[in-house]
Amino acid sequence: MEAINIFIKSAFIDNMVFAYFLGMCSFLAVSKKVSTALGLGAAVIFVLTITVPINWLLQEYVLKEGALAWLGSSFETIDLSFLTFIMFIAIIAAMVQLVEMIIEKVSPSLYGSLGIFLPLIAVNCAILGASLFMVQRDYTIVEATAYGSGSGFGWFLAIIALAAIREKLKYSNVPNGLKGLGITMILTGLMGIAFKSFIGIVL
Amino acid sequence: MSTETLEQPIVKEPSEPLLSKRRKKFITDPLNDDNPITIQVLGICSALAVTVKMQPTLVMSIAVVFVIVFSNLIISMMRNIIPGRIRIIVQLAIVATLVTLVSEFLKAYLFDMYKVLGAFVGLIITNCIVMGRLEAFAMANKAYDSVLDGLGSGFGYAWIILTVAFFRELFGSGSVFDFPVYGTIENLTGFAIPTNGLMVDSIGAFMVLGIIIWIQRTKNGYVEH
Repeated sequence: MEAINIFIKSAFIDNMVFAYFLGMCSFLAVSKKVSTALGLGAAVIFVLTITVPINWLLQEYVLKEGALAWLGSSFETIDLSFLTFIMFIAIIAAMVQLVEMIIEKVSPSLYGSLGIFLPLIAVNCAILGASLFMVQRDYTIVEATAYGSGSGFGWFLAIIALAAIREKLKYSNVPNGLKGLGITMILTGLMGIAFKSFIGIVL
Repeated sequence: MSTETLEQPIVKEPSEPLLSKRRKKFITDPLNDDNPITIQVLGICSALAVTVKMQPTLVMSIAVVFVIVFSNLIISMMRNIIPGRIRIIVQLAIVATLVTLVSEFLKAYLFDMYKVLGAFVGLIITNCIVMGRLEAFAMANKAYDSVLDGLGSGFGYAWIILTVAFFRELFGSGSVFDFPVYGTIENLTGFAIPTNGLMVDSIGAFMVLGIIIWIQRTKNGYVEH
């Protein structure tokens, strides 16, 4: 139950894009067409669901202060938390590479549609952000998985909604200076107001 | 006759002045015409979340300028020995090391700031401006030019997020650098200005940035297609 709650909360209320501005670069750059937005969104859900639990294990059994206690009592005082950034980004880059290879082998058609976006995900702030927030909030592994997939789902919803609006927006007469990024930022703000209406939903 | 006078003077290539016209452009271009945030659409990720108040924004700007300049310098010096296929990993490793330095420094000397910025210091790693400058500039240019380029991009980023933070703090909390502007006005004139809660929220950041982009692009005549 707690896990479902975290899933809903991270997807709608603490939405990666609208509440924390994470993954904005690809959110703005790849939201011109719904079909490509779908591909990138799906890839983000996938990678987030895998990397957050793996980084949780890493944090819990290697990096946290006293986490190495399972190696023996002399390791109990070691605190490797200063390595967090490097380890997390390495895991994410490795996972993205692995996922890319697996998809290429298992489903070449999916690889064809995702292909170019997969390597980009390694530098998507939403992925690293989710892992860093997971550390701050002291989740259990089930909660961490729910949090990862929920954040991915929220990001997926946001990018598809924005892409759909931008496809329609092509036919409207926007002032020259606002075209492109300007109107997209204001649109994102308005969508953020809509997402605010989910505040207070608790299962 | 001493032999020294017969020696041919060594013909030296006229070296480029330290701040030639070409080099000045590295710094001035990203401030306006080629701004990383408003024109190139980079680095919005980690930028907006810290702009509720001026002070954390200033710390964040300094951190980003530091990381861009030094990662540009290091990558530029290493550019001839980095194998092309694994360059992204090498770049990420160097950026992550620099960000760890910043984070440990904040933890040691500015612990309050460290708690306010939280995970967003770590997110400098995935700041697209840093990676973008490394890929586009430092991999192909000399060390000194890369440092100038890093400074330019860093300051271009800094002044935009400081402007966003100024308006968000003024309208959202009624203060600037924690100096209570609205409170002072109320004390002097007896006229209380209500603060706007929307500005403290993320929505305010999107709106303010959208309007800044609008003004700047209208002034520059830049149109995106």
